[in-house]
Amino acid sequence: MKSVPALAEGFPDLSGMRIARKPHWFRWISAALIIAVLALIVRAFASGQIEWSYVSRFLTVKVILEGIVNTMVMAVLAMALGIFLGVVVAIMRLSPNPVLKTVAAGYTWFFRGTPLILQLLLWFNLALVFPTIGIPGLWSARAVDVMTPFLAALLGLGINQGAYTSEVMRAGMLSVDIGQYEAAQAIGMGRLRALRRIVLPQAMRVVIPPLGNEFIGMVKATSLASVIQYPELLHNAENIYYANSRVIELLIVAGLWYLLVVSVLTPLQMLLERRFARGTLRLAR
Amino acid sequence: MTKPLVAIRSVSKSFGEFQALKNVTLDIRPGEVMCLIGASGSGKTTLLRCINQLAAIDSGGIWLDGELLGVREQGGRLHRLTEREIGRQRLKTGMVFQRFNLFPHKTALENITEGPLQVQGRKPDEVRAEAIELLRRVGLSAKADSYPAQLSGGQQQRVAIARALAMKPMLLLFDEPTSALDPELVGEVLAVMKELARSGMTMMVVTHELGFAREVADRVVYMDQGAIVEQGRASDVLGAPREERTRAFLSAVI
Repeated sequence: MKSVPALAEGFPDLSGMRIARKPHWFRWISAALIIAVLALIVRAFASGQIEWSYVSRFLTVKVILEGIVNTMVMAVLAMALGIFLGVVVAIMRLSPNPVLKTVAAGYTWFFRGTPLILQLLLWFNLALVFPTIGIPGLWSARAVDVMTPFLAALLGLGINQGAYTSEVMRAGMLSVDIGQYEAAQAIGMGRLRALRRIVLPQAMRVVIPPLGNEFIGMVKATSLASVIQYPELLHNAENIYYANSRVIELLIVAGLWYLLVVSVLTPLQMLLERRFARGTLRLAR
Repeated sequence: MTKPLVAIRSVSKSFGEFQALKNVTLDIRPGEVMCLIGASGSGKTTLLRCINQLAAIDSGGIWLDGELLGVREQGGRLHRLTEREIGRQRLKTGMVFQRFNLFPHKTALENITEGPLQVQGRKPDEVRAEAIELLRRVGLSAKADSYPAQLSGGQQQRVAIARALAMKPMLLLFDEPTSALDPELVGEVLAVMKELARSGMTMMVVTHELGFAREVADRVVYMDQGAIVEQGRASDVLGAPREERTRAFLSAVI
């Protein structure tokens, strides 16, 4: 065997030499420009026709706090209903049964195809269609008594959400490798048990980021329930400015609260993602 | 002559235009280790999947332990079994996949206990003890709490074998169990399979590992274009093939 040939000349030793930092002139200039623009905006609002003392006074007033509680209660309950419906409809959509498939597709088509505010108004005004509702012979009640703003908002928001969530869930289930179904079948699992034990837990990992998105959308969508008299945050802020005419101040109060809630939700989503990342390499490290 | 554990009679199966199995007839006796060899697309994997009912056959019949699989004869016609009944029949077979298909969100131990706990509804203490013993048998006692992503391919496949064994099957089906492995990891999986074969387990192995077939198999079956071309003792089929197609395949592989 030949020995290794001698190294060629003309390639100096660079070890020990440092790599100089690149000056990022454009970054400095653009940052300065943006700060200037922000300062102008802040000055404009400070000198504009806004009574900031009203903002701070109404920020923690009881009606506003009740409003934010009602907003969160509605967002959580409607999202829970939406996720439940979404999972059921996604399973129906992926089932081999053509009847279930069609029903699921029809549900998604109808509730995605009409505006949410229209659906809320329909639920709220259900009494115009069915004056009394109930189970014949067992129980019945006047629809106006049953269909409170709370129930109308819950059904309207939750059922609408279910249509969107079903597509998110379906995408999650399709992302799980077909081999996982087969391995589950090979140890004797039926379709539903395989979905519940094997496929859905893996789908959750894919599904949580879009669901977090949907939940943030839901928090803000509850403001639409103000049109059917549900006492959520925006509705209560409106009630105050109807009385004292401080429209912009109270809209700022509501806006600040929405921003705060959404800011708190983001780290919560990260915690959930970590929970469902069990067994992935990123966690294993 | 002993009764066969699996009796395959005139089985055909098509995927659209493609006929994957053509009139296949075969017996597997209890305790026998059978290796299925052949080019890809020759129907050997499809045959395994039909025995485990991951694929439904078009015609013919497969009997496992005397029980007709997938259908029931009634009034001169065949009726498909329900999903629940098929699930019960599947418990008699264990399947080891080419790509392992371990459940990535469960640890090695949880992968093994999932079936006995969830499907067979057995006692957790007993199942756990057995799972630990199975892990020891495949040489992975230290990896009980590792997730599949933390294991090498060879380790994953050994956990997959333990998972299949945990259901106490009468028959183990291996679908190219070493084809997805790096060359240096093939040996550890084959060693576990050899140990199983020695312990008397009935095994059907689709494989390209002719060395394994020669050493372990009681019978080698060569398939081509959905049909069985030649079968017999490993030394005969691999050493002195009678059919021209078998000879061509073997010379291409070695």
